Amino acid sequence: MGGRWKTVIPPMISVFVLLGVWYGFSARLKPSRQFLLPPPHSLFTKAFSNSRAREEILSSLILTTELALVGLLIAVFLGVSLGLLMYRFGWLERASYPVLVALQAVPILAISPLMTVAFGYGFGSKCIVCVVISFFPIPTNLLLGLKSVEPSMHDLMTLHGAPWRTRIRKLALPNALPYLFTAFRISAGLSVIGAIVGEQFFQQGKPGLGQRLIQYRVLLEYERLYATLLVSSLLGISVYLFFTVLGKRLTYKWHASAS
Amino acid sequence: MSLEVEPSLSFQNISMEFPDGTKAIADVSFDVSKGEFVTVVGPSGCGKSTLLRIASGLLEQTSGTVKVDRSNIGYVFQDATLFPWRTVRSNIELFLELHKIPKSDRAEIIQRSIDMVGLTGFEDYYPKALSGGMRMRASLARTLTLKPPLLMFDEPFGAVDEITREYLNEETLKLFSQEKFAGLFITHSISEAVFLSTRVLVMSARPGRVIASFDVPYAYPRDPSLRFEASFADLSGKINEALRSAHT
Repeated sequence: MGGRWKTVIPPMISVFVLLGVWYGFSARLKPSRQFLLPPPHSLFTKAFSNSRAREEILSSLILTTELALVGLLIAVFLGVSLGLLMYRFGWLERASYPVLVALQAVPILAISPLMTVAFGYGFGSKCIVCVVISFFPIPTNLLLGLKSVEPSMHDLMTLHGAPWRTRIRKLALPNALPYLFTAFRISAGLSVIGAIVGEQFFQQGKPGLGQRLIQYRVLLEYERLYATLLVSSLLGISVYLFFTVLGKRLTYKWHASAS
Repeated sequence: MSLEVEPSLSFQNISMEFPDGTKAIADVSFDVSKGEFVTVVGPSGCGKSTLLRIASGLLEQTSGTVKVDRSNIGYVFQDATLFPWRTVRSNIELFLELHKIPKSDRAEIIQRSIDMVGLTGFEDYYPKALSGGMRMRASLARTLTLKPPLLMFDEPFGAVDEITREYLNEETLKLFSQEKFAGLFITHSISEAVFLSTRVLVMSARPGRVIASFDVPYAYPRDPSLRFEASFADLSGKINEALRSAHT
């Protein structure tokens, strides 16, 4: 009983504190400026209760989810492949690290004009932004996991003449699994951010959550703007939780992180 | 004159110098034959473990010759080296997978190994749920599955408590009598060395060389109470003396 409350109470407190701060700031604004930060309940009374707003946000949510998932899938595929190749070929690791770090550091804003030339304003460009933003943690974490095998376990494989393919499949990859899921978790959250950022840069096509955010701001529909923000965060949280649960499921029996 | 039998392992004038210039081993020669259990004691860092790495082919000596059949060597590491994502059963199965033993034959071989070390009932446990001693047992079971004619131990029981270590020593001897492998054991515990071995070699500080050799006269099976007999203490004393001189 006591343990259960200990896990439930602290997050509830922080949610309430957050809502309290929100209400506090909202109430302190001059009435003429209160539209900038409407109180939390108005998201429901003025945005979610409106069937048109609801439909707009829902259809955008579906589009953005699709975009984020496609981006994440590509990032996972490329990231895992690159991680494995970097593990196998040391020179590739040294060659690709500067590029990875650069890709991570270069503001996506700066290269977006170039991308429009090559990929246009549509799904392709949005997807690339999403991939670029969510890619980095996957190869780096995977590589760390592959490399952090106990040396004596490698000796064991050597003694039994295991070829590198077997070594990767039976030793390095299972060892890297917890690291990989940490990466998936981070990347999943980033892919949602990437999708929204992508939609804001390249506004062609049906509007996703990113376009809605801009549209509502321009139209001064701040309740809808905040409602869209809320939905965006919930999307990020859901994908994060999905990978957390999946990772725990796959490793809880043996890994020290699962208690 | 008995018939000359090829030793299971033969070191002939082995020297080892690492690329950084460290001289680990200097001119070491000795044999380990079937029915023998040879233990090497020596100060930390004297190259005892290096000797095993050379014998198993994990490391190549700078000079000298090793004669050994490496097709099926048993090697017990300092830590249990069980894969944490595999159960006890599956950890043992790993060796059978690596040596392409058909699936249909595996269950029986695995069960035999598990029973041999007294882990019956723990087949489906993951390593994190086992005690240090039980992990070592699982590691022993895994090493024995392929029935290696030569079994090397690299300070395997250093991390467990005294009594567990004694139990594991007794277990090791039981397996030695049963499986009839040639044993090469590394330790810095003198009583462990005397209790287990037919012969104890003392190595000097780096660069390690063999400075003394003691035959241990007791027949197998050995009773745990052997450790408290006067002649056991006497022999341990002599080895202790040799080991002390090795430290200087």
